[in-house]
Amino acid sequence: MSEIPADLKYSKSHEWVREEGGMITVGITDHAQELLGDIVFVELPEVGGEIDLDGECGVIESVKAASDLYAPMAGEIVEVNEALADSPESINETPYDAWVFRIKPTSSDALEQLLDAAAYTEVVEAE
Amino acid sequence: MPFIPHTEVETQSMLASIGVEHIDSLFEEIPPSLRASPVDHPLDGLSEMEVGQLMRERATADDHTLCFAGGGAYQHHIPAAVWELATRGEYYSAYTPYQAEASQGTLQLLYEYQSMMSSLMGMEVSNTSLYDGASALAEAVLMAVRSNRKAKSKRILMPVTVHPIYRKVVSTLVRHQDIDLVELEYNSATGTIDPDSLQLSEEDPGYAALVIPLPGYFGTLEAVHKLTDWAHEHGMLVIATVNPVAMATLTPPGEWGEKGVDIACGEGQPLGIPLSSGGPYFGFLCCRQSLVRQLPGRLIGRTRDLEDREGFALTLQAREQHIRRSKATSNICTNQGLMVTAATIFMSLMGARGLEQMSQGSHLNTEKLAQRITAIEGVKQTFKVPFFHELVVTLPQSASGVLEQLAAEQIVGGIALQSHYPELENGLLICATELRTDAEIDHFATVLERVLC
Repeated sequence: MSEIPADLKYSKSHEWVREEGGMITVGITDHAQELLGDIVFVELPEVGGEIDLDGECGVIESVKAASDLYAPMAGEIVEVNEALADSPESINETPYDAWVFRIKPTSSDALEQLLDAAAYTEVVEAE
Repeated sequence: MPFIPHTEVETQSMLASIGVEHIDSLFEEIPPSLRASPVDHPLDGLSEMEVGQLMRERATADDHTLCFAGGGAYQHHIPAAVWELATRGEYYSAYTPYQAEASQGTLQLLYEYQSMMSSLMGMEVSNTSLYDGASALAEAVLMAVRSNRKAKSKRILMPVTVHPIYRKVVSTLVRHQDIDLVELEYNSATGTIDPDSLQLSEEDPGYAALVIPLPGYFGTLEAVHKLTDWAHEHGMLVIATVNPVAMATLTPPGEWGEKGVDIACGEGQPLGIPLSSGGPYFGFLCCRQSLVRQLPGRLIGRTRDLEDREGFALTLQAREQHIRRSKATSNICTNQGLMVTAATIFMSLMGARGLEQMSQGSHLNTEKLAQRITAIEGVKQTFKVPFFHELVVTLPQSASGVLEQLAAEQIVGGIALQSHYPELENGLLICATELRTDAEIDHFATVLERVLC
C-alpha cells in the first residue's frame, strides 16, 4: 500500500496539494509514481502562465509511459521545481518532497473541492 | 498459394446458376461514361529481346538530356556502390526497426546517419529523417511553436526567399493550427533579406520563430549571422532550411551568430538520391539537445546490454505516436528509411573531403556558367551578389518560352521564376553541379544564344 499523508489534499488524477501561506504546492502521489515506474523526464509548466482547473500543465515521462499533469485548481504558476530537470528520479524516491510546481490560486475556497486523505485512499483502493 | 483464374466453363456455370447471361450485365448499373474502355495496347506484344532494345533506346534519350535546373533537387555524382549496397536484402526496407534484437544493422546505420547529419549541420541532435525537405520545414515550424512558450506567439516570420513549394506545404500543414506565416519580402537589388530593414515596433505581438534559408531559393547567401542574432534578441527561435551539400563549404547552422540556430532542416536528396522525376527523397531535421523532446520522428540511441555489449535501440519513444497517441510530437513521421540508407552510404564513401570537393566543384561550375551566360547579349545577372550553385538571370524575353525551345534541343535550361515570383517576369534560375563539364556549359550557352536571337 502506498503512502498517503493525512495532512495533504489530493486530486482524482493523483496530484497531491499542500497549502502554505496562500500558495499551493503540487506534486504527484506515491501511488502515481509507483504506477509510472522510473521517471526519466519532467516537462514543467511556464512560470507566469495562467491555468484552469484540470488544465494540462506538464508531462511526466517514465521508462514505460508519458502522462500529463493536471492543475488541481485554477490560478497562476508562480514557481517550478527546476531541480527536477537534473534529478527527475527524486519523484520516485521522495514523492511528497519532490514537488513539481506552485500555484497562486484564483479562488480561496478551491482547496475545499479537493479530496482529503481518506477520500483519496478510497480512490486508490477502487482502482 | 498460386493464382488460378476461373476457366470459361466455371464462369459459365456460375453465371447460369445466378441466371445471368454475360458478366458485363453485372455492371450495368454503372453509367457507361464511367466505365473504363478496354485497354488499348499500343503493340500486339514484344519479345523480351525487343523490350530490352526499346528500354535501352529510351534510357539513352534520358542520358542525353543536359540538366541546368536546380530549385531544390540537384543532379550530383552518386558512386555506383551506393545503390548496390543500399538495395542488398539486409538493408532493403524502409520500415521502422522496432524490434531491436532483430535489427542491429539497420539501427546502427541510422545511428551513424544521425552522427553524420549532426556533424554536417553543426547541431547536437538529428532525427532519422522525415518525408521530404518541405514537410521537414513544416515540422520545424510546429516544433518551434511548441517549444517557444515564452514568445506567447504563434506567428512565424517566413522570408519569400524560402522555396515557394516549401512555403505552400508549410501553410497546408500549419494553417489549421492557428499558426500565422508572416511573409518577409526580399530586397529587390540583392535577392536576399536585408537584416537592417528588420524592425519590430513596441506593439508588435512578436514571433515564435524566424526561418532562414541557405542558400535562398535564388541561390543567394542570406546574412545568416546577423539574422540569427536579431531573431534571438527578439525572443524568437531560429529555423534554418539548408542545402546539405552547401554546408560542406558554408558555415553550418549550428555556428550561425552568437548562439547558432535552434532547429536546422532541409532536403536530403543531394546526398546520393537520384532525381527520379521528383521522388522519393527524404527530409532531415536537427536541433539543440534542449529541444529534443519536441523533435518528431525516430531517434536511435547507443546503449549497452546486460552483458555489457554495445547495442542500438529506438530511444525517447515517449514523443511518438505509438506511446503518446494524439499528443505525440508528430503523427507524420513517415520515415524514408531506404533513402537514408543510401545517403548514409553516400556520405561515408564521399567523406568530409569528398563532400567538400563536390560542394566547391558545384560552386566553381556555377561561376563559369554565370560568366558564360551573362556574356550573351541581353542576358543579365539579376542579383549581383555572391551565390552558391544557383543564380537568377534576366533574359530579354519570357523564360518559359525559351525553356521550351531548349527542351527541343535536349537541354533542361533551368526554372522559369514568373509563376512563383511575378515580378521576375523574364527570370530564369540556373544551376551547374560538379557534374557539368566546360564543354556542356559551352554547349548550353551556344544553344541559348541561338534561341535568343
